[in-house]
Amino acid sequence: MSLNFSSKAKVQIKEIIKRYPEKQSALLPILHLAQKEFGYINNEVEKLVAEILEIKPIKVREVVTFYTMFYQKPIGKYHIKVCKNISCSLHGAENLINYISKKLGIKVGEITQDQKFTLSTVECIGACEHAPCMQINSEYYGNLDEKKIDLILERLTNNTND
Amino acid sequence: MIEEKLITKNLEVENLYKIEIYQKYNGYQALKKALLQMTPNQILEEVKKANLRGRGGAGFPAGVKWSFVPKHTNKPKYLCVNADEGEPGTFKDRFIMTNNPHLLIEGIIITCYCVGIHTAYIYIRGEYEHVAQRLEGAVQEAYQNNYLGKNILNTGFSLNLYIHRGAGAYICGEETALLESLEGKRGHPRLKPPFPASVGLYKCPTVINNVETLSNIPVIVLKGGEWFVKKGLPKDGGTRLFSISGSIKNPGIYELPTGTNLKDIIFNYAGGLKEGRELKAVIPGGLSAPILKADEIDIPMDCESIMNINSMLGSSAIIVIDNETPIIHVLKIIVNFYAHESCGQCTPCRNGTWWMKNIVKRIYEGHGKLRDIDNLLRIADNIYGKTLCPMGDAASMAVQAVLEKFREEIENYIQGRK
Repeated sequence: MSLNFSSKAKVQIKEIIKRYPEKQSALLPILHLAQKEFGYINNEVEKLVAEILEIKPIKVREVVTFYTMFYQKPIGKYHIKVCKNISCSLHGAENLINYISKKLGIKVGEITQDQKFTLSTVECIGACEHAPCMQINSEYYGNLDEKKIDLILERLTNNTND
Repeated sequence: MIEEKLITKNLEVENLYKIEIYQKYNGYQALKKALLQMTPNQILEEVKKANLRGRGGAGFPAGVKWSFVPKHTNKPKYLCVNADEGEPGTFKDRFIMTNNPHLLIEGIIITCYCVGIHTAYIYIRGEYEHVAQRLEGAVQEAYQNNYLGKNILNTGFSLNLYIHRGAGAYICGEETALLESLEGKRGHPRLKPPFPASVGLYKCPTVINNVETLSNIPVIVLKGGEWFVKKGLPKDGGTRLFSISGSIKNPGIYELPTGTNLKDIIFNYAGGLKEGRELKAVIPGGLSAPILKADEIDIPMDCESIMNINSMLGSSAIIVIDNETPIIHVLKIIVNFYAHESCGQCTPCRNGTWWMKNIVKRIYEGHGKLRDIDNLLRIADNIYGKTLCPMGDAASMAVQAVLEKFREEIENYIQGRK
């Protein structure tokens, strides 16, 4: 198999496994790590992780398909996750979702052609005091309006560290 | 009025999250008192006297929970800290872990000493990646100061503490789903009994407590259970962190005595509704708590008082809904949420929430029929009490309350669109 973790990740994996009396417990943390390394979790990654943890690949598949933060197909460099739950909705989340969707020319769940942005909606992300809010990758953005979104997207679009 | 703060005390201090600053403000004094001057039994007695009820949602008294763990067992015991915080409207645990992570860690160490635990995990929701990093830094500092690791403060007591990130499943806030998830599986709740106190993580005795609950332990140790009770109500001691959001002027975290009047919290502490809006309804304990009409909010915020009006204090997350928000919109958010978050294990919840979502969608889009309301009530009733975990009940009760309390508005909506 050609696919493998970087040597840095391999060290981390060893350290993670040591935290638990049973190896399978390391599955979620290692999948987080795998996603950072490979972008998303495909069959090959599932097999690799299964091998490391000495469990059947189906055990990995069960977990990958259950948790929304594990992706089974490629996502954009910037994953925009807009909260649509109650507090954000009371502050106009739906309008913002439509606004971003139009601006990027993609529907919710889609990726832009240049692979730069994926747009998703999510349930409450626990930042309701800053509603309406969203997460782009792991970063939180709150008290959003169209102007703020313009600025954020502009900055990310012009980011040339690709 | 100035309220005494137990958890959000010293928050104005810059860099309180760093151990040297935390220690400057009395940090880890409770740990020293607990480990050097108290027996585990004495600590347990103080926590029992404190009537510290769980801050995660169920409101179970922490001291009683700890006492269910068998004292003599040859199995290892575990502490799992529930930092999953997925209940919509709730953000208090994020607030504690970001601003005062050592308070939580100190509470964890004392709890483990009290129950005889040598391994603890903080299960934190996956979205809180930065919060997890902040915690990780604090844990490392605690190791360096010999508050964690081997032979803590030369007492012979040892404890390892690890941070474990979830991956975006609301159900993992349910304690047995959390255990499954921590074991590297889907977050499917377990059948209870047996309860985690006897058969928990890796089938070993396990304590599961919420972040805010454990953050109260240091002050209980320092000042005593009787002192703590007086900060709240006799059967529901201490303060609570209320997360307030929605159509409110000053959203945020408010630490107030348990039993503070809900109307007061909204109109005095949080400044009332946003400019030009009037109060329509309040969800008092996170999205799962049955909704209250505007005329029901003159009520003390404690577990029992809220239960007496058929709602629940839950995670003390207050969501304020204004008169310009159609109730059908609120209902749509509720049913979409549960349909999305149902783990799929129990048929009544998996199918019921899916049907409720579709019926409400139809109503919302103007194709509803009057009989849809009774249909929804019937489905809610078919979920209630028929699932392994309380999520089914929560979905059922939240929907029922909206339909019953705002039936006329929904009927008008259905008819008006035709």
